Amino acid sequence: MSWFQKIKGPLARVGDKKVRIPEGLWIKCEGCKEIVYKKEVERRSNVCPKCNYHFRISARERIAQLMDQGTFEEMDSGLAALDPLNFNDSMRYPDRIKAAMKKTGLKEAVICGQGELEGVPLELCVFEFDFMGGSMASVVGEKVTRAIERSLEKTRSLVIVHCSGGARMQEGMFSLMQMAKTSAALARLSKAGVPYVSVLTNPTTGGVTASIAMLGDVIMAEPGALIGFAGPRVIEQTIRQSLPEGFQRTEFLLEHGMLDMVVERKNMKNTICQVLQMLA
Amino acid sequence: MAAQPIDFEKPILEMETKIEELQQVSRAQGVDLTAEVKRLQKKAKRLRRDIFAKLNRWEQTLLARHPERPYAEDYIKLMMTDFVELHGDRLFGDDHAVIGGLARFEGKPVVVIGQQKGRSTKQKIYRNFGMPHPEGYRKALRLMKMAEKFNRPVITFIDTPGAYPGLGAEERGQAEAIARNLKEMATLTVPLISVVIGEGGSGGALGLGVGNRVLMLQYSVYSVIMPEGCASILYRDSGLAAQAAESLKLAAKDLKEYELIDEIVKEPPGGAHRNHQMAASILRRVIRRHLAELICFSPQELIKQREQKFRNFGQYMET
Repeated sequence: MSWFQKIKGPLARVGDKKVRIPEGLWIKCEGCKEIVYKKEVERRSNVCPKCNYHFRISARERIAQLMDQGTFEEMDSGLAALDPLNFNDSMRYPDRIKAAMKKTGLKEAVICGQGELEGVPLELCVFEFDFMGGSMASVVGEKVTRAIERSLEKTRSLVIVHCSGGARMQEGMFSLMQMAKTSAALARLSKAGVPYVSVLTNPTTGGVTASIAMLGDVIMAEPGALIGFAGPRVIEQTIRQSLPEGFQRTEFLLEHGMLDMVVERKNMKNTICQVLQMLA
Repeated sequence: MAAQPIDFEKPILEMETKIEELQQVSRAQGVDLTAEVKRLQKKAKRLRRDIFAKLNRWEQTLLARHPERPYAEDYIKLMMTDFVELHGDRLFGDDHAVIGGLARFEGKPVVVIGQQKGRSTKQKIYRNFGMPHPEGYRKALRLMKMAEKFNRPVITFIDTPGAYPGLGAEERGQAEAIARNLKEMATLTVPLISVVIGEGGSGGALGLGVGNRVLMLQYSVYSVIMPEGCASILYRDSGLAAQAAESLKLAAKDLKEYELIDEIVKEPPGGAHRNHQMAASILRRVIRRHLAELICFSPQELIKQREQKFRNFGQYMET
């Protein structure tokens, strides 16, 4: 028999009393690392209210932000990838495609179609980064080329919103050749005097930058987007030194004369409209 | 000429040395070894044929990068006359990784442009390992526009690991320089023939490669990404480059099969580095044939042919 008797039961564990916060009500901003109220972020078209960081948005959301309600008509949505190289990888290419389809609900990394922006009719292509990093292969190249050709045929302005890591490895040289294919189509559009506005969002790199993205009559970019030819890691490995702050960001490109303007998301629709009304 | 043989070349080279030794002995001592030499030569030929028939894609990549392989400058010297090199992009500087100028091909003036690698360490650095900066692409475009103005055909030699990924290159718009070349080449009013003579490294290669005809030397490679880069992304290990090379299907033979290039240009036995003269003379004949065809096209037909050719690239299904 012990000298002292336990008269109280064990203390209640702290966890039991914890106030439960519904999942996903608050999010951490990737720019300023602050915790921000998700609804507030969403109200500002997915821009951080504290630091103006532009969160990445899906292609569908972008279309909803840019197009007048109910005017967008998607085209060529039936195009899907094949595996021309029978690409050997830790995961089979067709399986990667299937996973990306499941994740995004899309068949490929770009949505193309026609619609109206403040009443201005146009052809719109929007890259979806969540579909294999928005990479360009046969389907993306074909869909974009068809959009350019429709634009040419109907003398209707073209807007492409980029968000891509570049050419897709899994289709090898078929992917690389899409750069030439889309650029050649843009050359025809340019000769015909149809305006093309290129919008660069975070990130726009590699083969997409080195073809369609840099060929706009007017090139706009969202603040703070990574834009370049080679990725920052590749450059660091090549020159063996760390890169300066802000290197390859929108503001850096503006400073070096590679962009026409930096446009915040909330002004994007208006700015495109303004430009197109004066060009088209 | 076999300064640094690749592993699979070694048995062939060993046998060749043996044959040479035998010939020397025979000469020095007056012994008749003709029969033996002939037998060995036959054997060496068979060995080389067997080895080269079974080259995998990684071995072919190594051949494409062989330091003794003829470079753009060598081809210009061997198959053209009166080469006048022209320098600079008139905007920023002169890129030593790209050479270009006027020359006579079969007696007729052409504009020739090529990515240039170096052989000695000093030369390699001077040529930036054949990796152009934006100035290189802009110089190339300036020369193509000159060709257009004076109605001269353009011949480009592609041989680069890729466009240079560096600070200055990004600052001065590497992406813009390549993009502009793709667009401008598409509407060039003169015949444009592009030949991959060694390494065709991604966008950096394509920046000179939107030709009416795109040819590849037998052991050259052309890829969306170099095998080392692909391996480090896919397998997180650049040492698995050989595996990546197989996946990427970057050999001339693959690209011809996919109909992404027009023709494979044969190389001398053992590869172009074994006989520069012969490699150049085979290539000269092929270019001459294509040029003779293209010369008959009107400017409009040339643009249309180029556009349609690139328009058809891509494999997909439609539902």
